Amino acid sequence: MIVAEGLTKRYGDVVAVDDLSFSVPPGRVTGFLGPNGAGKTTTMRMLLGLARPTGGFIETNGRPYLDHAAPMREVGALLDAGAVHPGRRARDHLRWLARSNAIPLRRVDEVLVAVGLESVAGKRIGTFSLGMNQRLGIAAALLGDPGVLVFDEPVNGLDPEGIVWIRSLFRGLAQEGRTVFVSSHLMSEMALTADHVIVIGRGRLLADSPMTELTNRPAGAVLVRTPAPDQLAVLLSADGATVDVAEDRALTVTGMGAPEIGAAAHRYGIVLHELTPQHASLEEAFFELTGDSVEYHAALPNAADPGATDSKVTA
Amino acid sequence: MTTATASVDTQPVRAGAFRLAVAAEATKLRTVRSTMWALGATLVATIGIGSLIAMARVSRWDRLSLREQIRFDAPAASLRGIFLAQLVLGVLGVLVISSEFATGMIRTTFTAMPRRGTVLAAKALVFAIVAFVVAFAGCLVAFAIGQSIFAQKHAGVSLSAPGAFRAVLGGAVYLTAVGLLGLALGTVLRRTAGAIATLFGLLLIVPLLVGSLPDPWGTDISKFLPGDAGRALFTVQHQSDLLSPAGGLLVLAAWVIGGLLVAGLVLRRRDA
Repeated sequence: MIVAEGLTKRYGDVVAVDDLSFSVPPGRVTGFLGPNGAGKTTTMRMLLGLARPTGGFIETNGRPYLDHAAPMREVGALLDAGAVHPGRRARDHLRWLARSNAIPLRRVDEVLVAVGLESVAGKRIGTFSLGMNQRLGIAAALLGDPGVLVFDEPVNGLDPEGIVWIRSLFRGLAQEGRTVFVSSHLMSEMALTADHVIVIGRGRLLADSPMTELTNRPAGAVLVRTPAPDQLAVLLSADGATVDVAEDRALTVTGMGAPEIGAAAHRYGIVLHELTPQHASLEEAFFELTGDSVEYHAALPNAADPGATDSKVTA
Repeated sequence: MTTATASVDTQPVRAGAFRLAVAAEATKLRTVRSTMWALGATLVATIGIGSLIAMARVSRWDRLSLREQIRFDAPAASLRGIFLAQLVLGVLGVLVISSEFATGMIRTTFTAMPRRGTVLAAKALVFAIVAFVVAFAGCLVAFAIGQSIFAQKHAGVSLSAPGAFRAVLGGAVYLTAVGLLGLALGTVLRRTAGAIATLFGLLLIVPLLVGSLPDPWGTDISKFLPGDAGRALFTVQHQSDLLSPAGGLLVLAAWVIGGLLVAGLVLRRRDA
């Protein structure tokens, strides 16, 4: 269980985290979403006692991190997979970590197997790929068999196989009753991994809701494909719907539900190839939520317009 | 938010936290190559350079005045390699923590061991033990080789001669102290290059600047710099510009303890 209450962090005039309150219960994967610079990493650094809150607090299992005598047995964390000495061998890296928290040394080999690094345990970390580093960081997080796990951007640098692996790892950890808190700026990844999301922008809480609530909000539009788009567009418009014709001749119909559109097409004798009610993708929901909280807007045309992003991302 | 009972609860475990931190830091120090290189270089410097300087001394022996021959400090002359070895151990002391700042490892360290003062104390203790053992071995061998070289001119002394063993021990203590000063500087400055430059400046440049002050200020201040305070530890013949061995030890200890205290304060205050 992670609890933040009124958590605030100021760097001079810049407010990185602004009066943030949330809780992360055990037994599910909780995503922590926000654009770059939203304050995700700062929040996690305060959770781990690396940065001191300017106000409020964040605790794990009812205690500030600094009060845990053997913190790795309570909280396993992967913040920055690069935060390792490149000259040290992977096994030695895990060994000093184990010693620091009185964790039995046999755990070192167990977690090396768990993350699939047993064959390179004797290699120096400097020779590792980004993905191997990430796996080593996950091994370190698992080392103390902790009830709370915190991962900052864990899929960075992982290959597709690794991404599938890490998703099932998170699921498994949550099913074992652990608290799993995963940050990402990749909304699509979160849609596949998290049960619940906490969204922040500019340090403020924007949403704290189940994933399904974010993705299943019908956008009210229906995508229609037909060999006779112009004809159908005219007829539906006459029936009171608003119709947009896209370049690929697909119709986006609003103001009329899918059943009514299907019935109308049948009535007019028009063949339909596709009839799909549109759900707001997580990405769209995310843009909606964080629209004015993104710190750096790209100066590209339509960059801020979610409709313009050709989103292949679906839940 | 921190309940009183929580901190009481953790007290027994925290008593063991220092022991755990020492074990972790010992593992860290052992498992990087720079440690072995630096320790090897320390031995090469104390023994190798010490022997070369001893041989050079002997070759010029007959040109020394009688007074110079009588005042010849055989133990100190065999330990001249210290002036090079101090730079090597100083760099290792800096690296013990600056390499963690450079790679970001310090965050992993503080996540595993959130008590930062404990981490610094453990680093200092582990480094001090390792550095002292190696430095003592180096000084002992350099002393033995040096004295056997001086024996050609019947100028060598045995380890049981007055002050001889103290000089060997003192050399090792001084080398360890320089390493600990490096650790303190590395902690405060966080940058390897900056900390090494500051340490070398303190050991090599500051004495020159102070020495150029008009006497008596020059020597009065110089005595209290770490270099001269340390030299008092491994000098046997009385020298008017140095403190007594005990005085030197006190001053050197003050530098090290003061430096580490400042380092501890800075480490605890700053975000990692």
